Parts: sequence; C-alpha cells; structure tokens
Amino acid sequence: MLKRAHIIALSSVILLVLIFLNLPSQTTTQVKLALGSLFLPLFGFANSTQKLAENAGNSVVPRRVLVRELEELRKENQRLKLQLMQNNQIWQENNQLRQALKWQQQRGWKVRLAAVVSRDPANWWRTIQIDLGSRDGVVTNLAVMTSEGLVGRVEEVGFTSSRVVLLGDPTCRVASIVEETRDTGVIAAGGAAIPDQLLIEMTYLSRHSQAKPGNRVVTSGLGGIFPKGILVGHVADISTVGHGLYLEARVKLAANLKQLEQVWILFP
Amino acid sequence: MFFPESQRETTWLNIAALLVAAYLTVFMESTLDVVRNLTGAQFDLLPSLMVYVGMSYGFNTVLAVGTVSGVLYDSTSANPLGTSVLPLVLIGMLVLHNRDLLLRDQTYPQYVLGLAASIFAPIVIYLLLVGLGKPPGIGWYSLWQLAVMALIGGLFTPVWFYIFGKLDNALMYPSVPESAFRPDREIERGK
Repeated sequence: MLKRAHIIALSSVILLVLIFLNLPSQTTTQVKLALGSLFLPLFGFANSTQKLAENAGNSVVPRRVLVRELEELRKENQRLKLQLMQNNQIWQENNQLRQALKWQQQRGWKVRLAAVVSRDPANWWRTIQIDLGSRDGVVTNLAVMTSEGLVGRVEEVGFTSSRVVLLGDPTCRVASIVEETRDTGVIAAGGAAIPDQLLIEMTYLSRHSQAKPGNRVVTSGLGGIFPKGILVGHVADISTVGHGLYLEARVKLAANLKQLEQVWILFP
Repeated sequence: MFFPESQRETTWLNIAALLVAAYLTVFMESTLDVVRNLTGAQFDLLPSLMVYVGMSYGFNTVLAVGTVSGVLYDSTSANPLGTSVLPLVLIGMLVLHNRDLLLRDQTYPQYVLGLAASIFAPIVIYLLLVGLGKPPGIGWYSLWQLAVMALIGGLFTPVWFYIFGKLDNALMYPSVPESAFRPDREIERGK
C-alpha cells in the first residue's frame, strides 16, 4: 500500500502539473521564460568558452592569410557601397513614382541582431530561444530572418529573451508567392515527414500553376505578420495532391536553420 | 501498490547531484546540435536518468527528480509546461515498483530499461499533447527520431550508473564489510 506521505507527495505533483497546464498562456510564457533564465549562466559560460577558443584560434592564423582576407573584404565593401548607392537611387525613384501615383510610401526595414542561445530539445517542435526580449522592444509575431532568408516569427516574449518559432513548425504558417509565376500558396509544416530539415511544404498552389523547380518563393505579405518580399527559398519539386485539386511544392529553405547563430528581427 | 524503500541512505547531497545532472542534461539537449545535425534527431537522456533514480532511490526522490527535470525540460521547449513531468515520474515509479525483479548491476538490463524508457516518454508526451489539443508535427520520419532517441537513451543508461557509482564512492563513506571475526571471542594463548 502507498504510505500517507507518498499519497500526499504524489497528489502535490499531480496538482502542480494540473495548475501548470491550466495557467493562462501569458502566465505560462512568463513562467517558462523565467525558468529558462536559470540556464543563462551556462549559456554565458558556453559563449565565453567559445569566444575564448575562437580568439585562441585567431591568434595562430598567419599574417599573410589575414592580409589576403582584408584585401578581399575591402573589395567586397567597395562593391557593396556601389550597390547601396544604386539601390538608394532606385529607392528614391520608386518613392517619387509612388508619390506621383498617390500610392502609400514604402518604409525600410528596421532590424536588430539577436543571438541564438538555445534550440528546442523536443524533436517535434522547431523553436529557438534568442537573447532579446520585451526590454529590447520585441513583441510577438515579429518576423525573424538571416541575410539568406526568412527564419520564422517571434512566438513568446519574456523580459530578456524570446522564443522564435521556425519555418517547418506546425504553428508557423507563411503566406507565400512564387516570384516567377505569381502563384500564391501557404508554407506549412510537414517537416517531420521530410528527413531534410531544410525542406518544407508549400501547399494550396493552384492546379494550373506553372511553377518549376528552382523558382524563388518569397513572402506575399498576406496575413500581416511577414512583410512582403522576404526570400523563403527555392522550389525543389512539385506534386499533385488532394485528388488533383491543388498542387504542393517542396521548398528548399534559403536560410540554414540547422546552423543558426545570429538572426535579424524585423521591427515594423 | 508497493514501493520499496531507497536502496541507500538518501542525503541532500545525492538529491542535489541528481538535480544538477538533470539541469546539465537539459542544458546539453538544448545547446548541443552535433547529434541533431548528424542524425536529424535530438537525444533525450532524462528517461534514462529516471531509470537510474528508480533503481537506486526511494519514492520521494523519484517524484522530486521527475518533477524538476520535467519542468526544466518544458521551460526550454515549446511543450506546454508540465507535460514532461508525468512520463518521467511514471518511468521512475514503474522502475521503482518492479525494482526487486530487475537486475540492477547488469549492463544489459540497464540498457534495455533505458531503451524502453526512452521510447515510453515521447509516446506518453505525444498522447498528452494530443489530449491537450496541441498536436505536434510528426510523420514517418518521427519513427527514425524515436529510434535514435531510444538507442542513445539506452546506451547512456549504464553511463548514469557508472557516473553516480563513482560519485557515491568519492563522496560517501564506504560501507563496512561484515566479518565473522569478533575480538571479544578471540582465544588468547597463554605463554
């Protein structure tokens, strides 16, 4: 028979679990992120160790290699400056034309860099934790990307850290468009059915779609969460589903979700 | 239902060591990407830790370690808070309940138990998530992930026994071996 003390202890644990499961989502988020902050010293320690190792590695790089890299970076910097000048000119021209047509003026992206501190240990979710929170102005549903392409959106926000849900997670759906053919669809989950984590499904494409492998897939701006025109990836292959009612494409993600170290948060 | 007492004297040091192990395990699982990038599946060592706890400690320790490690795991995951507690506590209690029938010191039973626990935990969590109306994304590939988790969990179970065995030897007084020799019954030879 269970002892009285055992019954009390077991009941307390069950009660605690029931309380946790029935907390309002906002409170759960705060409790989770507060508990997650228990790991901050270890994250800090791991980062310092990594930096130390990087510094140690850097100190043994020959001067010749560094000079060569510096030269390459200078050249790239000049090329990017020229490109920026050209882009600024196009931007101004675009705004003037919009003004002439009385269209709404476009605003540039405001971005902020965040470091990825941890990944979801559960295999069926695709989330990461970043080191920016509400004190840095982060709110839910902000788009998150790298220089290669879209990564996901902010789902939970704590004071010093936030949870980002990645593309391929069941809770992250993105209205997208195939740039070449202008066919719209929805980037959905399906990641667990595909061994390659960098492949996701774009569903509800019109059955008359002319999309081909290699076409660019970008956000359509529908839904209001993700700004229009962020690169999601490229079409890998297309198949007919739903008894021929619509098409489904597998999209190779532009951003490497396996090796995220830093991400950009897009502020409105 | 009968739950045997702890096989050893449980001190705060033992419980602290177990909790630190759970804490470090959750940290490793959320930061180490080597296995995830190689196999496409992340390992979970908490079920195998619960096998060790169930084999070696009492009811209250099983509850404490299961609860703390489950809550810590959920705090780093998108699982609703509290979902991992139940399977971990269940594993510990099942092992504890059947402890007298299990071969504690043999590596192979340890491996099999760790393997079974590593399969059991995600299945129970999945059922809970479905019950809570938050079904996760799973597919055929999830079977491969489950297999990797089970294999690594099973292989790591004897390692838990080894690590904590060494820790016990380092921190605890060794038990005095019983001897039939009694100095008061010794026959002293005369000159």
